[in-house]
Amino acid sequence: MDDLMLNQFLLLAAILFSIGVYGVIARKNTVMVLMSIELILNAVNINLLTFGAANRDVAGAVFALFVIAVAAAEVGVGLAMVLIIYRNRQSVDLDEVDSMRG
Amino acid sequence: MVAQNIFFYVIAAGMVGAAVAVVTTRNVVRAALYLIAVFAGVAAQFILLAAEFVAVTQVLIYIGAIMVLMLFGIMLTRARIGRDVDMTNDHWWVGVGTALLLAAVMAYSLIDRWGDDALPVDRQVNSVGGSNTATVSDSIFSQYLIPFEIVSVLLLAALVGAIVIARKDR
Amino acid sequence: MLRNAWIIPVIPALSFFLILLFGKRLPRKGSELGLAAVGAAFVLALVTQVQWFQHVNDAEHESEPTEEHAAQVVTVSGVSDGEISAPETPEQQGEESEEHASIEPVTREWTWFEFGETEAEVGTLIDGPAVMMLIVVTLVSLLVHVYSTDYVAGDRRYTHFFAFLSLFTASMLGLVMSRSTLQLMVCWELVGVCSFVLIGHWWEEKANSDAALKAFITNRVGDVGMIVGVIVLFFAAGQSFDILDINTQALSGDISHTALLVASCALIAAVMSKSGQFILHTWLPDAMAGPTPVSALIHAATMVVAGIYMVSRLYGVFWEGLSIGVSSINLLALVGGVTVLGGAGLAFVQNDIKRVLAYSTVSQLGYMVMALGIGAWTAALFHLFTHAFFKACLFLGSGSVSHAVHSFDMREMGGLRKWMPHTYRTFLIATAALIGIFPFAGFWSKDEILAGASQLGGAGNYRVFTVVGIIGAFMTAAYMTRCVYLTFFGEFRGHGHPHESGPRIVVPLWILAVLGVVAGLVNLPSALAPDSVELRFEHYYEPVGAYFPSIVPEFAHPEFSWGIAIVSTLIGLIGIGIGIGWYTGRIALRGISERNALARAGYTTLVNKYYFDHLYTDVIAAGTKGPVARGVNWFNQNVIDGVVNGAGRLATASGRWVYTHVDQQVVDGAVNGSAAAAQTGGQVFRQLTSGKVQQYGALLFGAAALFAGAFIVLI
Repeated sequence: MDDLMLNQFLLLAAILFSIGVYGVIARKNTVMVLMSIELILNAVNINLLTFGAANRDVAGAVFALFVIAVAAAEVGVGLAMVLIIYRNRQSVDLDEVDSMRG
Repeated sequence: MVAQNIFFYVIAAGMVGAAVAVVTTRNVVRAALYLIAVFAGVAAQFILLAAEFVAVTQVLIYIGAIMVLMLFGIMLTRARIGRDVDMTNDHWWVGVGTALLLAAVMAYSLIDRWGDDALPVDRQVNSVGGSNTATVSDSIFSQYLIPFEIVSVLLLAALVGAIVIARKDR
Repeated sequence: MLRNAWIIPVIPALSFFLILLFGKRLPRKGSELGLAAVGAAFVLALVTQVQWFQHVNDAEHESEPTEEHAAQVVTVSGVSDGEISAPETPEQQGEESEEHASIEPVTREWTWFEFGETEAEVGTLIDGPAVMMLIVVTLVSLLVHVYSTDYVAGDRRYTHFFAFLSLFTASMLGLVMSRSTLQLMVCWELVGVCSFVLIGHWWEEKANSDAALKAFITNRVGDVGMIVGVIVLFFAAGQSFDILDINTQALSGDISHTALLVASCALIAAVMSKSGQFILHTWLPDAMAGPTPVSALIHAATMVVAGIYMVSRLYGVFWEGLSIGVSSINLLALVGGVTVLGGAGLAFVQNDIKRVLAYSTVSQLGYMVMALGIGAWTAALFHLFTHAFFKACLFLGSGSVSHAVHSFDMREMGGLRKWMPHTYRTFLIATAALIGIFPFAGFWSKDEILAGASQLGGAGNYRVFTVVGIIGAFMTAAYMTRCVYLTFFGEFRGHGHPHESGPRIVVPLWILAVLGVVAGLVNLPSALAPDSVELRFEHYYEPVGAYFPSIVPEFAHPEFSWGIAIVSTLIGLIGIGIGIGWYTGRIALRGISERNALARAGYTTLVNKYYFDHLYTDVIAAGTKGPVARGVNWFNQNVIDGVVNGAGRLATASGRWVYTHVDQQVVDGAVNGSAAAAQTGGQVFRQLTSGKVQQYGALLFGAAALFAGAFIVLI
């Protein structure tokens, strides 16, 4: 238990990822689903940086920054869509959004 | 080194707890606040991984910008600020199953593959000036210039797209 | 000034921002800023022009001071040669290229950004074609600015209009002096944006904003080609965006022929969209929804020639890639040839005067592309030069007419020559120049293209394109006669009292009309002119150096040919004659489309613009939309429901089989159970297509986890 292990970061990321997946599947409120997606993206970032540190390569940090930028874009567009859904249906409940029903 | 480990485990435990709270609490605003805790924890982990620049960016963008956006989203969709009776849908057990399955698969493969590998003690990639930040900026503006430009365009497109989607007068 | 030419585009660019910021507060709503900026740019362009002439002269004096005399002797003998026997072009060209030794273009560059080892540069590249375009763009833009102060006076977005005219001028000037392909592409997109904004200037009407969108989207199609071409050239030329470098390498054979061919084909797509070539020409006539000065400046004189200019800039690439010097047909010439005829055909059936001119522009751009395709580089740019003046004059004239009768529909015009003498005269002059009547500008440039088609190229020359060009000249004459006749002759069919426009409209018209007369004189063929004035255009504007195909032995200039000149003039006169005869009723062709089935079919095809719009919207867009939706629906109906129902039915059937064949009293309960299970299974499957995103998400993650688990277990 002297050094930091590679695995402790990776397992932390895996757990965060799984929690995020649970949130995406189980939460009703669309904004909450977006938050869960953020959890998933953060887990990915931890992974990127961990491997970056393990390989002493700066690419991990660079791509983590790209992921952050993409996440910002995703939240912007996602919230705009949530607003539109709310405006049209007076609700952000994902259970009621089923216009893709086959 | 033990200090680092203690630091890690304390923060990790806090993060996992907060993350679980995010996906289980019945109060939307409280979920957002728990999420801030997770993000802060992630930033701390980044510092442990010797990526100070990404950590600062994480604080600025996630906690500073994205969370404000989220709170605005909550406000504009007039979610109940107090407790909501029913925040998880009827199929929440599917989510639990999937998440556990995923976690199991990932944990097994991670332990199987990386076993007892340790991170290098010196995690600075100090090719320039002795700091990771300088190295990151150097490589963004040389090797990763094109992806960087494309990300900028993506951000612009997302901006315009968000405005167009959310506009009222249509 | 040659080294500091970057100032020229910077002035209107600054004026764009100034007008946007302060325009509304100025006494003339910002138009004075635009005028001043473009005026300054024009003056500087003139200075650049003069200095370029000196540069060319200096280069000759320095390199070969003693051969000056010998060179003159050669050209004198060239005169007699040209009169007696035209085919001796190649040898004569050899002597001519010795006459002016390499003229170095004046360049200047700054590093824009670096990535890895590669530097992307911006800068200016001043040589013959760039100087020529500087003059054309600033002059036409200046006249259009003057004209606009009257034409759009009182418009609700007056300031905005002038701001974007400035931005357009700036980006076009930036385009013509681009140093690198990357810079060229950026400016190329910028002029596209300005065109979009200005077409949609009156966007409150749906038709106008649709036209703007159509122009923009059609241009996007070509821009893909542009990007592909630039990238291919970038890697083929060893990671370089440098235009001179790319051309030099292409001509010296450092780049493989295949790479050049791919790059030229991709770039031709860009030319097709920007310069309105078949089959991407459909946006150009619709772009006439914009204000008339914009049509004159952007969609006739300058922006649409960006494609032509791009080809002429990267001519080394096209020359080698398409084997222009030795073939007798190639893609570029073919595209141009088809466009010449197609555009001219469409111009016959339009009732909107601006649309006639728009299709005429398409057709004339076809001439330029064709000329480039057959290797007559100088002829193409010369035609670009003359066309800019007389087509701008025609467009501004049509604007003046519409100002008077408040309509663009030629059916509501007629007899206007009595009321609008200035507009009438300038329009007539410009028409004569367009048709190519001696000695107006169009005669000289069109003739050079036709002569080029009959003399250049490999075995058999580009003879087909001579014929195409002559037919095109005939059609041009006929439809322009129709247009002039409907507008200015006969009885007035509109409402109200037309009146001549004010001086700010008439003066630019006259300037352009005069240029439409004299612009052709700058490149008089050696057969007709004294040495001191012959082929000045070619002499000063055609680049000489390793980056231009003039170093290749096959590169030649067509000689003036009496035969072609006479034939094309006669054909033009016949076209005019038929046009007049038709509309005065002396030739009994009127109403032929009602009487003759074939003529009617042709007429319908033309009215429907060869069904290109139908092809794009109904066939391609709807065609991809419909089948995909239908396919998905079919899959849903047949496969998924089939599987679900089949599973249910199978279970029921097997249940029934068990029920009838196995002792029903013993396994009765079990059978009922399995049937119920099958039904439940069916229900579960049905729920999969619930339309609920989260279920899909759960399936996605679950399946991913399962597959990953299976992967781990199996390995």
